[in-house]
Amino acid sequence: MSLVELHAIYKSFGDVEVLKGIDLTIDEGQVIALIGRSGSGKSTLLRTINGLETIDDGTIMVAGKKIGDKDTDLRDLRLNVGMVFQQFNLFPHYTALENVMLSPQVVKKQSKAEAKVIAEEMLAKVGLADKMLHYPDQLSGGQQQRVAIARALAMKPRVLLCDEVTSALDPELVNEVLAVVRKLAEEGMTLVMVTHEMRFAREVCDKLVFMHQGRIHETGKPEDVFASPKTAELAQFVGGLG
Amino acid sequence: MSDFTLGVIVYNLMLAARWTVLLSLIAFVCGGIVGLLILMLRVSGRRWLVRLTIGYVELFQGTPLLMQLFLVFFGLPLIGIDVSPWMAATLALTLFTSAFLAEIWRGCVEAIGKGQWEASASLGMNFREQMRWIILPQAMRIAIAPTVGFSVQVVKGTALTSIIGFVELTKAGTMITNATFAPFTVYGCVALYYFIICYPLSLYARHLEGKLHVAR
Amino acid sequence: MAYKFDFSTILPYWDMLLHGIVLTTELTVIGAVFGVALGTLGAWARSAKTPVISPIVGIYVELIRNTPFLVQLFFIFFGLPALGVRMGEFEAAVLAMVVNLGAYSTEIIRAGIQSIPRGQIEAAASLAMNRVQIFRYVVILPALKKIWPALSSQIVIVMLGSSVCSQIAAEELTFAANYIQSRNFRAFEVYFVVAGLYLVMSIVLRWLLKKIGNRMFERRRHV
Repeated sequence: MSLVELHAIYKSFGDVEVLKGIDLTIDEGQVIALIGRSGSGKSTLLRTINGLETIDDGTIMVAGKKIGDKDTDLRDLRLNVGMVFQQFNLFPHYTALENVMLSPQVVKKQSKAEAKVIAEEMLAKVGLADKMLHYPDQLSGGQQQRVAIARALAMKPRVLLCDEVTSALDPELVNEVLAVVRKLAEEGMTLVMVTHEMRFAREVCDKLVFMHQGRIHETGKPEDVFASPKTAELAQFVGGLG
Repeated sequence: MSDFTLGVIVYNLMLAARWTVLLSLIAFVCGGIVGLLILMLRVSGRRWLVRLTIGYVELFQGTPLLMQLFLVFFGLPLIGIDVSPWMAATLALTLFTSAFLAEIWRGCVEAIGKGQWEASASLGMNFREQMRWIILPQAMRIAIAPTVGFSVQVVKGTALTSIIGFVELTKAGTMITNATFAPFTVYGCVALYYFIICYPLSLYARHLEGKLHVAR
Repeated sequence: MAYKFDFSTILPYWDMLLHGIVLTTELTVIGAVFGVALGTLGAWARSAKTPVISPIVGIYVELIRNTPFLVQLFFIFFGLPALGVRMGEFEAAVLAMVVNLGAYSTEIIRAGIQSIPRGQIEAAASLAMNRVQIFRYVVILPALKKIWPALSSQIVIVMLGSSVCSQIAAEELTFAANYIQSRNFRAFEVYFVVAGLYLVMSIVLRWLLKKIGNRMFERRRHV
């Protein structure tokens, strides 16, 4: 059984159909990249997996449970699926440590001491053991994004979704974030990422999913996708990357 | 008439000004509590509750405070509740304040970016938890300046309670004028008292606003 | 012994209510036009940092914004005659509204003027416009456009505030209400109806101001 199963997902924004029947399975330990042009629906797809976008039709199963639209379903879903955003979205009124500790305490009802142990571990893991008491606006973009990763990890999710996590960063800060993601992949974390870092995707991912006009156009192992694209659209996309 | 020196006028007005301050404080605190409740209903997202609060705010922002005072003052006795001017004034000003504060605070809640809602949702928080830990703490920070600013409107609003016979600063001014026939001096002093109460609040609100802009 | 509401006793006084509505409207229109004009002048003086005038305008703005309208009205109507300035109820009411709105709109319009980028003014200056021309052609319209919603709300507030002019016996809508309830002894019903009338008037006024704004600030298709 796959960890996440999407079946026949449809989604429209007003008159614009963004997702036109998506089927996708994500297995435990898999590292998947969603690639494609902007507007191809890849970010929307990622957000549906976390319940940030409602779907018009289709089913989402996470860890064998179907996700309905009840609030409790959504909570179960999010306990299993973590998310890291392009704009970090750290809580500006809390320190790095508090950002990471908050949700385990509030949602999982962990004690403060428990939450602190885990938070310190996660912040150390992303290389920020010395920045725990800093507020987000005292951190660089790369550091903020690493706190955001630690924050998601502290909930012990089974899948981590990464929505263009380096797109808002200055070029010199991209690598420190990618290094953290790479480490997670090596440790066996299940990852689904939307990314424009093709070289990184090629090196780290097990599977690439190329989206085009709201559909999954082609999937495959990175080496195959880049070396011998089967469709003209993918060839053009890969070619256009230079 | 010669009994009333400027000192006597100033002293008597000061006694009355205490009631203006007290009434303002009560209306502001009670209005704040009711306003917070209205705000919660407003951001709950349930359509009929949202409509209800929009209507509430529209009602109090679209009619004169004086009418609201009259309606409470003359309306409550009809359903068997005997109201003193003091009670009517407190109740009407509380409702008035709550509507305005709810609207001010709604703007502050809406000023919090979508990313904060999404990030907290993705961490599994429900609406109540998002509000309590993420949205309200941030909204409160930007709400302080306009809230303090609005307190000036509440103080000035209390002047209207003189019309239903509550003896505060303005009413005292009218009574002293009737005794002294010195309206220029008396109303000048009354205005000055209000200014002394309100101006520091205005300055403080502006100071807070400036600080917020620097912080951002 | 539940109270029986009876709204029919108000009907015979419909002409008084109508008269009140007309007077409240007159007060509002005159107050708004001259108040905003005064505010524009005040905002100009404040932004241009004219010596002497600018600080005086500043004091005026703070005095008005930090005292109740009712007290301003009493001061003008009862206090000024002591200095030999006499006027009727209507004139006093209008004056109070103009002075009041003038102060608020000074602040509002000044904020609008401050929001005009310096580059606009420098560009106009580089085209050899003088200060009046810059203000007239480059600054005031975009500034007003920016703060029109705030100014509109303030005008509605002033319209609602005019209800206290009943206290100096200016025969506007609230005065009519007071008069009627003293005759038919149906205070609640009368004030309920009149509050409803004010609500309608404020909705109409807001709508009207929006239309005026759209007309004033619309992009002209033909030069």
